[in-house]
Amino acid sequence: MKLRDFFLLPAALWFTVFILLPLLIVVIVSFATRGTYGGIEWSWTLQNYSRAFSPTYLGIFLESFQLALVTTVVCLVLGVLISWAMATASPKLRQVYLMAIVLPFLTNLVIRIYAIRMFVGAEGPLQAGLELLGIPFDPYALTQNKVLVLYGMVTTYLPFMVLPLYGAFEKFDFSLVEAAQDLGAGLWKILFSVILPNLKTALWAGALLVFIPSLGEYVIPDLLGGAKNMLYGNLITEQFLKSRDWPFGAALSVLMMVLLLAMAALFRLREARHDK
Amino acid sequence: MTSNAERRRPAAPRTATVVLWLTLLLLHTPIVVMIVGALIEKKPTAWSWTLRWFAEVILDQALMDALVNSLKVGFAASVFSTLIGTAAVVGLYRSAGMWKWAVEGLSVVSLIFPEIVFALSLLSLFFVLKFELGLLTVVIAHVSFSISYVMMTVGARLATLDRSYEDAARDLGASEWQSYRTVVLPLLLPSILGGFILSFLLSFDDFLITYFVNGVGKDTLPVKLYTAMKLGVSPKLNALSSLMFVMTLLALIFFFRSSAFRVFFESGRRTHGENTKKENS
Repeated sequence: MKLRDFFLLPAALWFTVFILLPLLIVVIVSFATRGTYGGIEWSWTLQNYSRAFSPTYLGIFLESFQLALVTTVVCLVLGVLISWAMATASPKLRQVYLMAIVLPFLTNLVIRIYAIRMFVGAEGPLQAGLELLGIPFDPYALTQNKVLVLYGMVTTYLPFMVLPLYGAFEKFDFSLVEAAQDLGAGLWKILFSVILPNLKTALWAGALLVFIPSLGEYVIPDLLGGAKNMLYGNLITEQFLKSRDWPFGAALSVLMMVLLLAMAALFRLREARHDK
Repeated sequence: MTSNAERRRPAAPRTATVVLWLTLLLLHTPIVVMIVGALIEKKPTAWSWTLRWFAEVILDQALMDALVNSLKVGFAASVFSTLIGTAAVVGLYRSAGMWKWAVEGLSVVSLIFPEIVFALSLLSLFFVLKFELGLLTVVIAHVSFSISYVMMTVGARLATLDRSYEDAARDLGASEWQSYRTVVLPLLLPSILGGFILSFLLSFDDFLITYFVNGVGKDTLPVKLYTAMKLGVSPKLNALSSLMFVMTLLALIFFFRSSAFRVFFESGRRTHGENTKKENS
């Protein structure tokens, strides 16, 4: 073993004990049985998995999948336009835009959600404005709904889309755009036939980076969606922290991991084919 | 050279710029409203400016305890993750084979896994090992997700490092260890500082993972805020959130100034420059 391998040792050990081992435990627990008082009984069963596929839970999963998908698509459309505008701005302005996009992303999620709740809340400017204009509204429906959840999700995950796309735009050869313009193509035609085909890898990377955390999101739907909108992340969290059915919660998370890994694998496969 | 490349960028359509500005507006408006909300007070007749809510936050012992917990955890977690992450990056440098593959793979896994899986798998580990939940388990969890970020920050700098410095040191008779200590580490120092600040930020801001693995009565600031927010919004919470926002902002300014962040984009631009040079010749 060389000196540099010793440098790797702490990280290798830490990752093994605190990332690999815990994942392994979750997989094992997912085959165990729930104890009478909420503990884990080590008798093996597949029941947790068959339960996860029952209509109620499948419905919750589909709802979350749909939200993650919509979030990804909205981020994709916004991300392309935003990073295009950013990349073609003056170099100084580009730095400012980059900071402005990254800043909210690096500040606390709970604070950002608090700010949103305050904005739409009882003493917030939105309700005051509606009152002033004499538009009737339902205060409860206004503070907890699906639109707010989507807004929270998009503003949280947008940087994950913008950063890879902006990076790709920085490397993009803009003389191709000029050439297309010389040939008489409009900007929107250029976007679809010249720019986007050259950004494929970044588009896929951004989509995955948004989709993966969106699918298991807990905090945003919990605080902005209210009790009516149960999502997959909330379902898992509830098994672990409230109803204390760890084996079922573990099975739900294993299923989610398998799905996400499959998607990541597909992405790698697509890239590998692209390289050939 | 760069200025030449800059000139040839046909502007995006106006719609794209409008979308950019609208999004920035949507992103920042709630935060501005929150800060204003922390600074005003409703008097019987009119609204007036006040620092009352900030005073209430500072005089709240439970909140101050949570702040101390957050700072303790943040400091401990960033020291450990910076040490482990930096060592790993130096080890990965020029290394090959199984070890490199395993560490790099695991670091990517820790980056892309959904937070919730991270949180509940650590909770399961502590449960199975009968580890008592407390600040220590929070520190362990924070180190686990920060290492990869330190590796990314320091690794980006190492990738652009001129290897001839190290070769020169070795030629002059320095041992492998000496060349790391006297040549490589000083050159990496700014990015190591950047990694430290980044992991402190990540730790200070983390809610979900802390929520899962912290012990009873050992709340950090974000957990406290979450629990309080469940009951509704109040000017005092506005003040607390604004204070936390300003703290993060200060750390961020340090982070950007440490130039660690810029490395990502500069390395990209440099390759672009080289490409065009080749094409021109």
